[in-house]
Amino acid sequence: MQQAVTANDAIAASAPRRSIGDAIFAAVARASGGFVLLLLGSLIVVLFLGGLHAFMKFGPGFVVSSEWNPVTENFGALVSIFGTLVTAVLALLFAVPLAFGIAFFLTELAPDWMRRPVGTAIELLAAVPSIIYGMWGFFVIVPFMSTYFQPPLIDLFDGIPVLEDLFAGPPFGTGIFTAAFVLGVMIIPFIAATMRDVFDTVPQVYKESAYGVGCTRWEVMRSIVLPYTRTSVVGGIMLGLGRALGETMAVTFVIGNADRIATSLFGSGNTIASIVALEFPESPAGSLKLSSLLALGFILFVISFIVLTISRMMLKPRLKG
Amino acid sequence: MKMKIALTALALGMAATAAHAEATITGAGSSFAAPIYGKWGEGASGVKLNYQAIGSGAGINQINNRTVDFGASDMPVKAEDLAAHKLMQFPTVIGGVDIIVNLPGIKANELKLTGALLADIYLGKITKWNDPAIAKINPGVKLPSLAIATVHRADGSGTTFVFTDYLGMQSAEWKSKVGASTSVSWPNGQGGKGSDGVAGTVHQVPGAIGYDESAYAEQNHLTTVQMQNHAGKFVTPTMEAFAAAAANADWSKVQNFAIDLNDQPGDKSWPIESATFVLLPTDPKDPAQSAEVTKFFDWGFAHGNDIATKLLYIPLPKAVQDSIRAAWKAQLPK
Repeated sequence: MQQAVTANDAIAASAPRRSIGDAIFAAVARASGGFVLLLLGSLIVVLFLGGLHAFMKFGPGFVVSSEWNPVTENFGALVSIFGTLVTAVLALLFAVPLAFGIAFFLTELAPDWMRRPVGTAIELLAAVPSIIYGMWGFFVIVPFMSTYFQPPLIDLFDGIPVLEDLFAGPPFGTGIFTAAFVLGVMIIPFIAATMRDVFDTVPQVYKESAYGVGCTRWEVMRSIVLPYTRTSVVGGIMLGLGRALGETMAVTFVIGNADRIATSLFGSGNTIASIVALEFPESPAGSLKLSSLLALGFILFVISFIVLTISRMMLKPRLKG
Repeated sequence: MKMKIALTALALGMAATAAHAEATITGAGSSFAAPIYGKWGEGASGVKLNYQAIGSGAGINQINNRTVDFGASDMPVKAEDLAAHKLMQFPTVIGGVDIIVNLPGIKANELKLTGALLADIYLGKITKWNDPAIAKINPGVKLPSLAIATVHRADGSGTTFVFTDYLGMQSAEWKSKVGASTSVSWPNGQGGKGSDGVAGTVHQVPGAIGYDESAYAEQNHLTTVQMQNHAGKFVTPTMEAFAAAAANADWSKVQNFAIDLNDQPGDKSWPIESATFVLLPTDPKDPAQSAEVTKFFDWGFAHGNDIATKLLYIPLPKAVQDSIRAAWKAQLPK
């Protein structure tokens, strides 16, 4: 209140200059807002126009064709769409419970002296470049998976229907599962940092009242903190999902890069981002291949847009309530 | 007064530097050829080379748009495309492609393979290392009962073109089903990013087989295999074997030097190798600049063969270098 009064006084004192300054500031702000829209719009248009050749040539079949044959110039997006979605969703399955645990620990359980260092460590993890994760995945996780993780699992599920196919060999170490794991590790810091920040915004009064009526920590988390912060928690998860969908280098290193849909989680695959990065340098201008890659970029855009829309729709009733 | 003298001296000095300024030429394309062009660029006097290893396809794009002085491609460009974009093409150096394996207990160059076997392995028709077809040509070698894991380049690459082109020569099924290109639709196996990605994946997976540029395989002491050549002899991937194939090839029959060095005759010839090419406009905007490019490669042919050999490239046979010089005279403006 004090501040508002001071501000009003200041504005009143400089009334003549205020209108010009305000006008300039408003114009700059409006232009910045418009610039974002313009940028987004032009990106979509460029990708769509670039991919138009492929869309016209293959029609709607482009999205459902699992073919990717640069020799016969027959391209389809299904393999990459499948790889993108499966790795991103699996990554969320790894990351969300862990990130929640980290945030829960940091806000409710950790002693005060631990909160700062661990919190900073998480923020630092979020700043590690993705190529580092890629190299770590390739040189550490892949050998680990191929030696200690995949062979026992393949043996364990051998003979059990469905699971047998999901965990089929050979144990390359690379593949969908490893890519999803590395992605999961990459997005944990984003989700955990968001969750911790929003858990901290819950008014102490609410929590203390709940403890006062005899709630346990878990009950407080479930009935007070989570409902209060639901929007932001989902937002944090979407942030992680967005990064997982578009991640390129780390995935390229560990996914095995095969243009096939694998029935096994240990099988190789590719994602939209990885195939674009790999094939772009060898795609001559004006070729159908380049157009197909741009079309893939457009599809990735659409997927991200759909994910965002779904998350908004999921949040809508709660936002109103 | 002193000041004036100093200034004059400075101006003179600057003028002198300007007169000695080196011509700068720009090139882009093949990453396979980047190390040798880089070294030649350091060695050649009077020319400064600015080369960007952005990949053959991108290099072709850049020279088509005339944003660089020359383009570099590992794959020869088709005659009609050369004509359409008013380009001339010539090879610069040759590189071999090695087959690498990871088989417990098997040393480098111990295992023997033929082109047909290699095609069957990459087609997924031979899936075990102790397959009778492999055992038959490897008497005395203890082949493990391991599954074969094929590894290929995941990124578009001239090496992949050379390799798939070779498999197509050896197997009609490969030619019709897969074909040859810088990236193909692989029937099985998995991809590694770059030469190091392939080598790394092969290194990590027992039973894996892959292919890499010979220079990379040599520098990293990868476990290579012997291949059967056109004459039916098994050869190890050595500089002599690569040079033999280049020498035994009949360069006179091909147009635009677009020679395929795979599967050349001769007892000592290594069967999988290729030249890397440079593309020059035949209608350069600035003929002087174009002349600097040919001057640069002329220096490379005359003085750069030792550098090439040191970097494990094979220099072109002398006669071919001479006919390239003749082609410059014939096709480029004076």
